[in-house]
Amino acid sequence: MSSKSYDNHLGIKGWALGGAWSPERYLYTLHRVTGLGILSYFLLHILVTTSRAFGPAQWNALLGDGGFLRHPVFVVGEFLVLAAFGFHAANGVRLILIELGFAVGRPIEPVYPYKTSLHASRFVTVVLMLAGAAFIVLGGLEFLRH
Amino acid sequence: MRHSRLWTWHILAGLVILVLLGLHMVIMHLDEVLPLAGLNPAGGEAIDWANVAARAKLGFFMASYIVLLGAALFHGLYGLNTIIGETNVGAGLKRFATACLMVMGVALFVVGTYAAIAARGLAMKG
Repeated sequence: MSSKSYDNHLGIKGWALGGAWSPERYLYTLHRVTGLGILSYFLLHILVTTSRAFGPAQWNALLGDGGFLRHPVFVVGEFLVLAAFGFHAANGVRLILIELGFAVGRPIEPVYPYKTSLHASRFVTVVLMLAGAAFIVLGGLEFLRH
Repeated sequence: MRHSRLWTWHILAGLVILVLLGLHMVIMHLDEVLPLAGLNPAGGEAIDWANVAARAKLGFFMASYIVLLGAALFHGLYGLNTIIGETNVGAGLKRFATACLMVMGVALFVVGTYAAIAARGLAMKG
């Protein structure tokens, strides 16, 4: 059976148009967007940092004082990568906890007003998002100092 | 079964990245807020050559860079492969994308590992 046989298969559009507009839905979309951003940077980062294998001249041409990658545009980009990591790591910890059955509460009878495991895990979600935000702020302060 | 095994590796790789990339971020971007003794011994920027060479001399950094490289390539490329798998492109194209990502991952792992080992050799000589 090919994937085209699923009539309700939204594909990438489902990131934004999948419904269920809970905070976790936005975290899901942001997790994927930040993951793709970090991966794009990382693939280039491997190639750039390979220059250290060829000595200080090659390294400094790219990353030394006045080097090509010390341009403010790249510095801002680097901060965005730090911010993406702060969020992706915090949300990743949340996903792992939920995957392993932590922070989702005990099974309860479905009595109105209904509560789901998302409600049970929301406190952990808020704590982890605050931790991620603190990391991003600390990193941002240091970027501003330089 | 294969997918659940790969998914488990994806989670484990994420935990490795959390620790090692967290350390990398602290050394590179939080060195004034959280200074870790001896990891930027020349002072100045963490990416100044003197600091890069000093860290490269430490066997821990060479090993941790290689472990982080492998974990991050697997985690990132498996994640991308999952996203491609959720698109509406044909099954043949998905298989081709998977093969391309695997080749790219292995190639970048070889390049990055070479750089980590060669940089250590260079730093030890200098």
